[in-house]
Amino acid sequence: MQERGISIWFFIGLSLLVNGGLITGSGVWEVLHPPANPVVLFDLHASIWWGAILFVGGIFYCARFAPRRKT
Amino acid sequence: MTLALLAVPTRLAHLTAVDAIIVAFYFALVLAIGFYLRGRAETGEDFFMAGREMTAWIAGLSFMSANMGSLELMGWAALAYRYGILAAHAYWIGAIPAILFLALVMMPFYYISKTHSVPGYLKLRFGEPSRALSAISFGVMTVLMSGINMYSMALVMKVVLGWDIHFSIWVSSIVVAIYVSLGGLRSAIFNEVLQFILVWAGALLIPILGLIEAGGFSNLKRQITHNAGEEYTHLWSTLGSFNSNPMGVHWTGIVFGLGLVISFGYWTTDFLVVQRVMAAKDLRSAKMAPVIGAAFKMMVPLIVTLPGLLALAVLPFKLTDETTAIATGGHSYNEVLPLMLARYCGPGLLGLGITALVAGFMSGMAGNVSAFATVWTYDIYRALIKKDATDHHYVNMGRWCTILGVLISIGTAYMVMSFASIMDYAQALFSFFIAPLFGTVILGMLWKRTTDAGGFWGLLAGTLSSVGMWAWVKVSPAALRYIALSPNARDEAENLYRALWSWIVCIIVTVVVSYMTRPREDHELTGLVYGVTALPREEAVPFYQKPIFWAVVVGTITIGLNIIFW
Repeated sequence: MQERGISIWFFIGLSLLVNGGLITGSGVWEVLHPPANPVVLFDLHASIWWGAILFVGGIFYCARFAPRRKT
Repeated sequence: MTLALLAVPTRLAHLTAVDAIIVAFYFALVLAIGFYLRGRAETGEDFFMAGREMTAWIAGLSFMSANMGSLELMGWAALAYRYGILAAHAYWIGAIPAILFLALVMMPFYYISKTHSVPGYLKLRFGEPSRALSAISFGVMTVLMSGINMYSMALVMKVVLGWDIHFSIWVSSIVVAIYVSLGGLRSAIFNEVLQFILVWAGALLIPILGLIEAGGFSNLKRQITHNAGEEYTHLWSTLGSFNSNPMGVHWTGIVFGLGLVISFGYWTTDFLVVQRVMAAKDLRSAKMAPVIGAAFKMMVPLIVTLPGLLALAVLPFKLTDETTAIATGGHSYNEVLPLMLARYCGPGLLGLGITALVAGFMSGMAGNVSAFATVWTYDIYRALIKKDATDHHYVNMGRWCTILGVLISIGTAYMVMSFASIMDYAQALFSFFIAPLFGTVILGMLWKRTTDAGGFWGLLAGTLSSVGMWAWVKVSPAALRYIALSPNARDEAENLYRALWSWIVCIIVTVVVSYMTRPREDHELTGLVYGVTALPREEAVPFYQKPIFWAVVVGTITIGLNIIFW
C-alpha cells in the first residue's frame, strides 16, 4: 500500500517472530522434559519445526518491512 | 450447539504459560495497531473507507478475513463431520464463482459510483426507499450475526479452556471496540490481515498432522468409508437423488440454491465483505482483491473441511448431535475443530491455535461493526435523521456507532444465551435478506429497464416471501416437501431452496412492476448500469497482472478440484 509509517507486514512479521520463537522454545523444552500425557504424534516434534518456520518468516517480514524502509 | 457445549463438564485442554503469553501478545498487538492508526482516521473517507488506498493484497486478505468468523471456522468443520466432503461445496461452488463475478462484473460499478456502501448503491440506482429497506435489514442482521458469533466463540473458550463466558465476551468485544473506533476501517483491515495470517498459522498444522496420522489421503478415504460410508467422500456423484447423500439435497439445490443465489447474494451484495474491496486504491486493485480472496477461499477447506473429515477417520469416539451429547456426556459435532486442535497441539501450538480461533472471531466481529457503523452513519443517520452535518460530526457518529454496535452485539449474545434456539435460526434469518437483495442489485446493474418501484417492490416481496416460506414450514413441517422438494431435507437443504424461490419471486416482481412503471432516462443511469456506462480503461499492464488472467487461473483450478473429488 502507499506506506505512511509502519507497514502492516511489519506487524505481521513481529507476530510471526515472537510466536515462532515461543513455540520453538516450548518444543525444545518438551524434548528435554517429555510430558506425562503427550499429544498425538508427539514424536514428530511439530512445535519445533512449525515454530521455526514461523520464526524464519517473521525475520524475513521484519527485515523487509522494517519502519526505516520505504516500500 | 449451545446446550451441548454448556453441558460438557470438563475442559479439553489447559493453557500453559507459553500459551497464555501467545494469546496475550495477540491482544496487545491488535490494540497497538489500533492506537498506532488512531491519527489516520480524521475524515469520513479515512474512517469509513480507509482512505481508499489499500493495495489489492491487503484488501483481498481483509475481504477473506472478514468472512472467517468463528461460525465459519467451527460451523463448517462441524458440517464436514456431519455431511462429509459435501461441506466443501460452501467454498468451491458456494464462493469462488460468485467472488470472481464480483471482481470482474460488479466491482467496476461499486467502485466508479464512489458510493460508501451497498445500500448507498441502491439509493443511486433505485432511490431512498430501497436504500432504507436494505440499510435497516442489513443493520439488524449484522449485529445479530455478530452477537451469535460472539456467543459461539465464548462457548468454545468455555469448553476448550474453561474460561468464563462473560469474560470471553467482554474482553474480546472491548478490544474490538477500541481498535475499530480508534482507527476506523483502516484499523479493522490491518487487523484482519494480521488475523488472517494467524488463522492459517494456527490451523494449518491440524490437516498436516492429521493426514500423517491417517496415512495419507487415500487411507483417509478408506477409513471414512469404513466408519461413515462412501457417500461422505464424494462431492457430486451422490447428488443425483435426495436420499443418496448425507445432506438430503439434490444437485439442483447445490447448483442453483447455493451456487447461484445464496453464494452470489452473499459475496456480491453483503456490505460486510464488499466494503473491504471498495477501500482499494484503484479499479484494478478493486478487481484484483476479490480474485486474491478467491484463491485463498479455494484453500480454506484445508483448514475447515479436512479437519472435519479427519475427525471422522481418526477420533476414537463418535461425535453426536447436541441432545445425545448432553445425555451421554460426550462431544457434539460443533467441537470438532477444538478437539482436533487439542489432539495434535502441545504447549505453544495450542496457544497459537486458540489465538487463531479468537482472531477468527475478532476479524468477523470487526467486519460486522465497521460495516454496521458505515451503513448506520451514511445510509440511516445521514439519509433519514441529520442530512447536513459536518464531516467531523459523521466521523464522531461512526466512532460512537462502532461502540454501540459492539454493545448491541453483546446484548444479542446474552439474548442468545437465554434463547438458545436463536442459534438454529441464524442462517435462515440471514438468508431472508441476502437472496432477494442479490436479485434487486443484479437486475439494477445489468438491466436498465428496471425502475425504482420495481427495485423496491421486488426486494420487499422477495424478503417477505422468504419469511413466509420459513414460517410455513415451522407451522406445518409437511410443507418441507414443497419448499425443499423433499420431506427428508435437512435445514441446510431447506435454506438453499428457500433462497432460490425468494430470489425468483424478487426477480418476477421486479420485472413485472418495472414494465408497469416508467424507467429512468439513460443519462440518469450512467455509472450505475451496464450498457449506459463507459467503463474506465485499465492501465496497460502485463497479462500476469490483469485480474482476468488470475480469475481464469482460480476458476480453472476450482473446476479441477470439483472433478478430482467428484
